[in-house]
Amino acid sequence: MSNGILEFEKPLAELEKRIEELKVFSSDKGIDLSGEIATLERKAEDLRREIYGNLTPWQRIMIARHPHRPTTLDYINLIFDDFIELHGDRCFRDDAAIVGGIASLEGRPVTVVGTQKGRDTKENLARNFGMPHPEGYRKALRLMKQAEKFRRPVICFVDVAGAYPGIEAEERGQAVIIANNICEMARLEVPVIVVITGEGGSGGALGIGVGDRIIMLENAYFSVISPEGCAAILWKDASKAREAAEALKLTAQDLMRFGIIDEILAEPGGAAHKDREAMARVIKGAILKHLDHLVGVSRKSLIEQRYRKFRKIGEFIVDQQAGTSEEIRDTISL
Amino acid sequence: MFKDLFRSKQKYVTVKPASVRREIPDGMWSKCTKCGQIIYNKELAGNLKVCHKCGFHFKLSALERVALTVDADSFVEFDSDLLTVNPLGFPGYEEKVKSGKNTTKLNEAILTGQARICGFPVVIGAMDFGFMGASMGSVVGEKVTRAFEFAIKRKLPVVMFCTSGGARMQEGIISLMQMVKTSAAVARFNEAGLLYISVLTNPTTGGVLASFASLADIVLAEPEAQIGFAGPRVIEETVHQKLPPGFQTSEFVLAHGMIDKIVERKNMRKTLGLLLSLHSKVSEVALGE
Repeated sequence: MSNGILEFEKPLAELEKRIEELKVFSSDKGIDLSGEIATLERKAEDLRREIYGNLTPWQRIMIARHPHRPTTLDYINLIFDDFIELHGDRCFRDDAAIVGGIASLEGRPVTVVGTQKGRDTKENLARNFGMPHPEGYRKALRLMKQAEKFRRPVICFVDVAGAYPGIEAEERGQAVIIANNICEMARLEVPVIVVITGEGGSGGALGIGVGDRIIMLENAYFSVISPEGCAAILWKDASKAREAAEALKLTAQDLMRFGIIDEILAEPGGAAHKDREAMARVIKGAILKHLDHLVGVSRKSLIEQRYRKFRKIGEFIVDQQAGTSEEIRDTISL
Repeated sequence: MFKDLFRSKQKYVTVKPASVRREIPDGMWSKCTKCGQIIYNKELAGNLKVCHKCGFHFKLSALERVALTVDADSFVEFDSDLLTVNPLGFPGYEEKVKSGKNTTKLNEAILTGQARICGFPVVIGAMDFGFMGASMGSVVGEKVTRAFEFAIKRKLPVVMFCTSGGARMQEGIISLMQMVKTSAAVARFNEAGLLYISVLTNPTTGGVLASFASLADIVLAEPEAQIGFAGPRVIEETVHQKLPPGFQTSEFVLAHGMIDKIVERKNMRKTLGLLLSLHSKVSEVALGE
């Protein structure tokens, strides 16, 4: 993937390159090629629509994991003013895989928290490829409780392959801290908006992913397990990740259909990294819109609404004929 | 001489692994996972399914668990009428659910209900590993949530016997969201000032451990249970090293401060009774300003 061009984007990239060459040639030689260029640009537009309008789940995952995909700090800098990063969980250490702090959103103070991937190899090593340890989730919760104290809304940016599956993470209680964060976020007395910008990796995403609104970029995914992990368990073959990505129904479009998320944000130019400023404007607009609906809601009804939002998720049927089976009666003697 | 060699070699019979396994006929004997002891099943059942030689705790079905824990004739089952569907159209899911039902005699991977333990009324849940590894999908999430909501309404304590491979892959994101649904129900239950005891049994992992199983006021565990967030293989592949012996056991998580106490199966009912009793009395601490 040189130049950050994905396999399925190649025909479009080649066409764009040709248009660029023609433009240069035209201006250098003073020959009017505007007709030809316009035709090619129309063709490129059609191709762009065809490619990005028919992405498979796996292609979306490739975009979501793209090394040039904007990160949480990129969005924070583009969306908010006066961001002050605050560090540490007050217990163990500062986890660089999660960033957070206070910022101003159109003059309104907010708390921002997000998982942070590195933008190059060196930063990725420092940030553990954006996969948090328990202390990262503890820092996030500390900042959210601080927001609650000072009545600031919380904005969470999620782009995480998963909570880090390591020895120390287990020793320090990865499961307990995620459970605790989910439980606390469910009752946080200020509005919480969750933006899934790239990868929504299972419990690692939920650890900062419970909110009044969950919005997703159109190529982001949110899944109970990585497609690779699913394929390895189900078919004992991690290379079947494409099939697993289809089966897991993990795209923003699927999640909208299931009623899990509240809005899908279109990615300008087909992928967020192609125009990060435009992407940030879209996200900012969505955050402002949802905040407007949430800031006036009383604490009590905010929490009640949030409870109902998640309470209703689940698909099952009620069998009118069913009762306790005889086996159960016999074993436990009701 | 060569002839002799040839002949003596012929005496050996190749034993295929499959025929070795058949030495233990189904349903009569069990082999202890830990010490390898062959135990007559009736004897094992008489000892609460604990190996008499090494103390290894065998898995219990949800029915066995409830039967061993609650007072005679006190159990009333909840929500046996909830049936699993296949919301994602996930390949092969219906067959797995059907086989889980046949194995466990339950509608899903958890049995919930109301009962008494040592005379104290409780809402009780017991997960069953025989039903798709006690993974949590919509019905498990709904049954757990309803159990807590019922307990809030009736002001009852909750006892949850947990075991699980995690969230149920076949229901995708809907399974993942059951972690939020159940945790939010526990959060509400906490605000009502009621007691929640969870008991982690072998194995309790993934999304169930990272939600309601870990959120109890008092978290107990059976000895030597596997308790952890990520699967051992995933961890080994991530960190490129062998895991230390005893990693992700009850004893390990106790030492690291994640659970309150390890309780042997033979003492479980008594311990639960004691905890319920201590919470049934109001201490003389002023509740006012």
